[in-house]
Amino acid sequence: MSGDIAILGVGMHPWGKWGKNFVQYGVKAARDALKDAGVNWTDIGFVSGAATMRCGYPGYVAGATFAQALGWQGAEVNTSYAACASGSQALAAARTKILSGACDVALVIGADTTPKGFLAPQKGERPDDPDWVRFRIGITNPTYFALYARRRMEMYGDTQDDFALVKVKNARHGFTNPNARYRKMFSAEEVAASNMVADPLRLMDICATSDGGAALIVSSLEYAKKIGRGDAVKIAAISTVTPTFASAVIEMPDIATDSAAAVQAHSFRAALPKKAYEEAGISPNDVSVAEVYDLSTALELDWMEDLQLCERGTAAQLVRSGATTIGGRIPVNPSGGLACFGEAVPAQALAQVCELTWQLRGQAGERQVANAKVGITANQGLFGHGSSVILKR
Amino acid sequence: MSTKPQVPVLEGWFTEQDGKAFLLGTRCCGCGTYYFPRLSTYCKNPACDSEKFEEVPLSRTGKVWSFTNACYEPPEPFVAAKPFVPYTIAAVELDKEKMIVLGQVVEGVNVSDLKAGMEMELVVATLNEDETTVKTVWKWQPVVTGGAN
Ligand SMILES: [Zn+2]
Repeated sequence: MSGDIAILGVGMHPWGKWGKNFVQYGVKAARDALKDAGVNWTDIGFVSGAATMRCGYPGYVAGATFAQALGWQGAEVNTSYAACASGSQALAAARTKILSGACDVALVIGADTTPKGFLAPQKGERPDDPDWVRFRIGITNPTYFALYARRRMEMYGDTQDDFALVKVKNARHGFTNPNARYRKMFSAEEVAASNMVADPLRLMDICATSDGGAALIVSSLEYAKKIGRGDAVKIAAISTVTPTFASAVIEMPDIATDSAAAVQAHSFRAALPKKAYEEAGISPNDVSVAEVYDLSTALELDWMEDLQLCERGTAAQLVRSGATTIGGRIPVNPSGGLACFGEAVPAQALAQVCELTWQLRGQAGERQVANAKVGITANQGLFGHGSSVILKR
Repeated sequence: MSTKPQVPVLEGWFTEQDGKAFLLGTRCCGCGTYYFPRLSTYCKNPACDSEKFEEVPLSRTGKVWSFTNACYEPPEPFVAAKPFVPYTIAAVELDKEKMIVLGQVVEGVNVSDLKAGMEMELVVATLNEDETTVKTVWKWQPVVTGGAN
């Protein structure tokens, strides 16, 4: 049987620091997606929301919050929380509903508002909380990204100049993207002149947090044909696998990996796209474009290898050769990636799907990857969450 | 040297015996998997349902897996000296336990002094100091070739 579903419409609220309620971003994205799909809100049978943990109770029940904001019309609702993969889990829930025949057409939606300044950690001594422990001994989020980056330098001979090239490329890609927050070209010299945060990563190697919203209208292939959209871009795979014990790489917020004394160590990042390729019956050689979670510039290189777009240790060579730039062999982050967006957790995985939909339809304007046929997304977040989605024409 | 009492920042996570520092972990009696921080409830190996653990000191030396530093003062609950002094951080792979453990590197060792594969040993050192006490933590220190340790 075909496990494919159709993407009828996509919509986004531009990323930024707008200071509005997250619901407003979501409603704007949903209305754009409905218009793009040519589907009425009242025809939607299922609303699958990605939760935000930063906006109180309405954020925990995001599916219902958006359904109410758009006007209660009797649809069933769901809310998923899976850190950075929340959007993909919400999408997976909609796909299951559609493939089981319980619903024809669904809205998948995520939006976030980031707080001003730092999130204040809870007070008091909490030695049982790994997040408290690592901050207490001086291990911050950039520590982990920097350890991965330095590991590449030590193992493969990558340089800080290579990491800067990723930033320069993504800044160029996002320069004309109306939904990107940062639309400014950067030179390698400007990246190299930014302040060091966690050696070898500088301020401009690390992504910010943003407000934003993204939405998809997805349906069965039959429904798509019925409304004259038989040629819609399809979702061929959604992987949301959890890690396999023992962890090979030190993961935030832990201070140690699992011990691999009794069992083999496994890379979680590499497992995510592997499952997606298997599910889609698509090979890494068939991929025309990728949207990956560049929380840091160096992490984009790790993802390229985890997605098997090149041999382990050779991602920097691809960047240097221009292969990952639009016009190259395998463009990565044509949207500009997190470098140009900043992270809006529950919307980000859906924003990746929006970009690939535009790319596969040939509607990406100046960012268009010529003749894009297959696209893949990848992201990883806290607590064993991550996802990889494959789209095809 | 401060005469204030020295208190471990995390009680029961590390110890010193005869001037040598050890991280305190546990080992599953069923499958032999090591745990740090210590685990004494349910083994995380999916092929093992043991609930019995023994307390074990972990290897006190290992090899550098990767390293970095902190150029900016971390948020609370970190307690920074005024003015803030950047510090180096290492991820060190323990051979027997096959696990990577993070820690600050002792004062005076910079990123430029480290290489992947370098031999490191565990020491107990000052994390921060207030009016009454010195808070201690484990730190990694390069093993001096041919040295006494
Ligand atoms: Zn066990």
